[in-house]
Amino acid sequence: MSDKLTAKDFASSQEVRWCPGCGDYAILKAVTKALADVGAKPESTVFVSGIGCAARFPYYINSYGFHTIHGRAPAVATGLKLANPDLDVWVVTGDGDGLSIGGNHLLHTLRRNVGVKILLFNNEIYGLTKGQYSPTSRVGTTSPSSPSGSVDTPVSPGQFVLGSGAKFFARAVDTDKAGLGEVLQQAHAFGGASFTEIFQNCIVYNEDVFASFTERKNAAQTQLHLRHGEPMLFGENSDKGIRFNSESYALEVIDATESPDAVLVHDEGNAVLARLLIDMHMPVALGVIYKQPAQRFEDAFYAHHPSRMKRTKSVTDFIKGPSSWTVD
Amino acid sequence: MSKNKKLQSIVVRFAGDSGDGIQLMGSQFAVSTALAGRDFATFPDYPAEIRAPTGTTFGVSAYQINLGGDPITTAGDAPDVLVAFNPAALKVSLPMLKAGSLIIVNSDSFTARKLTKAGYAEDPREGNALNDFQLVSADISHLNLEAIKVFGLSKSEGGRCKNFWALGLLLWMFGRELTPIEDWIARHMGGQPTMRDANITALRAGHAYGETVELAASLPQLSVEKADLKPGEYRGITGAEALALGIAAGGELADRSVMFCSYPITPSSPLLHRLTRLQELGVGTYQAEDEIAAICAAIGASYGGMIGVTSSSGPGIALKTEAMGLAVIAELPLVIVNWQRGGPSTGLPTKTEQSDLYQAVYGRNGDTPIPVLAAASSEDCFEMAIEAVRIALRHMTPVILLADGYLSNAAEPWKIPDIDAHPKIESHDVPESTGDLTPQRLAYQRDPMSLGRPWISPGMPGLVHRIGGLEKDLESGHISYDPDNHQRMTDLRQAKVDAVADFIPEQTMEHGDDHGDLVVVGWGSTYGPIYQAARMTGTSFVHLRHINPLPKNLGELLGRFDKILVPEMNNGQLTTLLRDRLGISPVPFNKVSGQPFQIAELVEEIELVSGGGQQ
Repeated sequence: MSDKLTAKDFASSQEVRWCPGCGDYAILKAVTKALADVGAKPESTVFVSGIGCAARFPYYINSYGFHTIHGRAPAVATGLKLANPDLDVWVVTGDGDGLSIGGNHLLHTLRRNVGVKILLFNNEIYGLTKGQYSPTSRVGTTSPSSPSGSVDTPVSPGQFVLGSGAKFFARAVDTDKAGLGEVLQQAHAFGGASFTEIFQNCIVYNEDVFASFTERKNAAQTQLHLRHGEPMLFGENSDKGIRFNSESYALEVIDATESPDAVLVHDEGNAVLARLLIDMHMPVALGVIYKQPAQRFEDAFYAHHPSRMKRTKSVTDFIKGPSSWTVD
Repeated sequence: MSKNKKLQSIVVRFAGDSGDGIQLMGSQFAVSTALAGRDFATFPDYPAEIRAPTGTTFGVSAYQINLGGDPITTAGDAPDVLVAFNPAALKVSLPMLKAGSLIIVNSDSFTARKLTKAGYAEDPREGNALNDFQLVSADISHLNLEAIKVFGLSKSEGGRCKNFWALGLLLWMFGRELTPIEDWIARHMGGQPTMRDANITALRAGHAYGETVELAASLPQLSVEKADLKPGEYRGITGAEALALGIAAGGELADRSVMFCSYPITPSSPLLHRLTRLQELGVGTYQAEDEIAAICAAIGASYGGMIGVTSSSGPGIALKTEAMGLAVIAELPLVIVNWQRGGPSTGLPTKTEQSDLYQAVYGRNGDTPIPVLAAASSEDCFEMAIEAVRIALRHMTPVILLADGYLSNAAEPWKIPDIDAHPKIESHDVPESTGDLTPQRLAYQRDPMSLGRPWISPGMPGLVHRIGGLEKDLESGHISYDPDNHQRMTDLRQAKVDAVADFIPEQTMEHGDDHGDLVVVGWGSTYGPIYQAARMTGTSFVHLRHINPLPKNLGELLGRFDKILVPEMNNGQLTTLLRDRLGISPVPFNKVSGQPFQIAELVEEIELVSGGGQQ
């Protein structure tokens, strides 16, 4: 018998209760497979979530899990990592949970580089509360709370996390088994705070909002799958490439067969390039967009603690204070 | 004040600009008082502004100390001696003084400009304003600079020594040794030899001034009775220090590390600062991005197997409320300290109040009971912190510990306790044999007495399960929307908090007979003045440390009195609680001024209420 666990071993006994056809099913499958692939252990793996459809995730994974309160999962996960830095902690959040009510915690968890793997399921809508527009909804989104179309400018998850000081940003499509699986493995291996935005299709309230680049039949034309050190090629026969236009300070599509030398090579350590890739609308950049390893918060915390959180003295040693006196 | 008198107790107040070193001078005087074997209580009273404009009345920083032989439990109603470093300090303090008090002023600071700044149209020393007092004017600034001239300090550097000059004079008045203070200066200013020597010289010069100068004829030499303290080793302690040590002691007694997560807020921050110095006791401190993150990180740490502790003040506690509900439903241990301050909203951040009792007992969505404790004094903060950890771990519940701004800063002598005399703190062990139970079910197998569940943390093999804020089934621990189950779980959460009463001591009398006409019931930092007022009037006094649940015998005990008087620094919150829980109708006595009760006003109220009963 092999010790290696399979994706099935990471599925809990709980009946999954997302809407039939929800993108979350595909993500759940990819995550259980990734856990098996990276050799995770259920007893040292923890899924922490906030509130929303995505937040049900921990119930469906055979690991420790904590379904907390709206927006606060990164804060709970930070405390958990301080108590036990050896744990493999994942945070599952959504666009409302992570970027609206919990935006502050996301910002600080990323800048501190707490060793948690954050998965943000972005469907550009509030699902569990029945379809209101979210902070990532595009201007003009009609919803029960914006019947004549939303008017606020959406937040760009990628720009937000890089602006927060994140050291790892990746993107994937829910149903792209290979792409999502690869990204999840890299997010796991990173060590610090890794942030993965997953384009997730809400079939009830915002169906096909990402269809312009997620439909399989057009995927070759609409998706750019990034690999560190490799040229940015896409298209049916990898005939198209991405070039930096030094006049407009933007990326643009060129014919790769005509000018192969002009095609950019992906450098995941380049933050400027990452920002350009995040803002590129067609094709949409997927994969690990930015990665810059740095010390984890919990490691810095323990390194600065003289006894690494162990009790090496008694209260008796401190209780007398700076001066004491005796009454006979 | 008559000369060379031996007194039971005496109240001294130092007042000056925020930058005059008043708090340092006061705390050194307290150290000297302790070493001289006197009991004491202090009240640092400082402005909300960090460095308010000099010479203004709103920038006055003061330190009041009550010292003497009788048990001292308050910083005193009215100062007998005032040391005022400038006209503003005199103006602010004057209304507090009783006739005959001694006022020592730094006459160098009574310039036209400073008098105007303080709002004096004329020099109060020259009019009739000070007729009822003994006034001693000394050129403190000038005499200090003269004394330390040899050190070649600039005028502003030299001026910073004047607090020690004045302290030297006070030490002469009280017949105190200079050595312990000189030792302190030498220890703390060793890195700046010139300042060290200048301060020691200033201290000695102030002392010599009392001894030799002709003005000394008008200065009394004061002597107060020695306190009848129990033999043992003592130290001075503030509530913040005591609470920090108590939390660390809770960790030690439970053999767990402590993770303290908080966000800066007045007057809670001193606890954070104190705990950062106790790292070797297995204490970690984490400054979170906001109040909500602080409590959530503490919950995460508790989930991870450490004792999660968070601390704040009223407005911050309000922000933590939703997360408290999570800790209740997830059944995780947690200690939440509330250093109450004047409210509502930002209110009076540096002033004291006890108006968060409703918030602690009733202030959450859903039926979400949480045990509530209250510390009575600075030293009591130590014992109540241990008690909070003990209840949190025994019942697997968050616990709220109420303290207040007064306790945070007030110092008193503390007979150093023996940690080893405290019983160990037990948590519910993780069951060794899982038998037929799934881990999910196992996580909710309760102790029948406390209703606490096992403390299972991620990383433990074979016990993988999930917890969360959704209602769970009483037996299986899985999510449940079953109506009957929600009723059972609601009842269980209440029963769990009720069960705390099975473990806590019965209510005892703090003072006086356990039956009669009138009993005064207090809670929190009003202990000191109520105790004194009860003693002076011979009235029975009950002081509550367990607010929720109340001690089981409290209803029966209070039932033995005809009248119950409840003084509180709020608008009647304990009165409401007692009416709610015990069906009794106490007489409220409320003060919401941001200042502690004075003994005199309590005595007056006790006499009024008990007198009314005789009609």
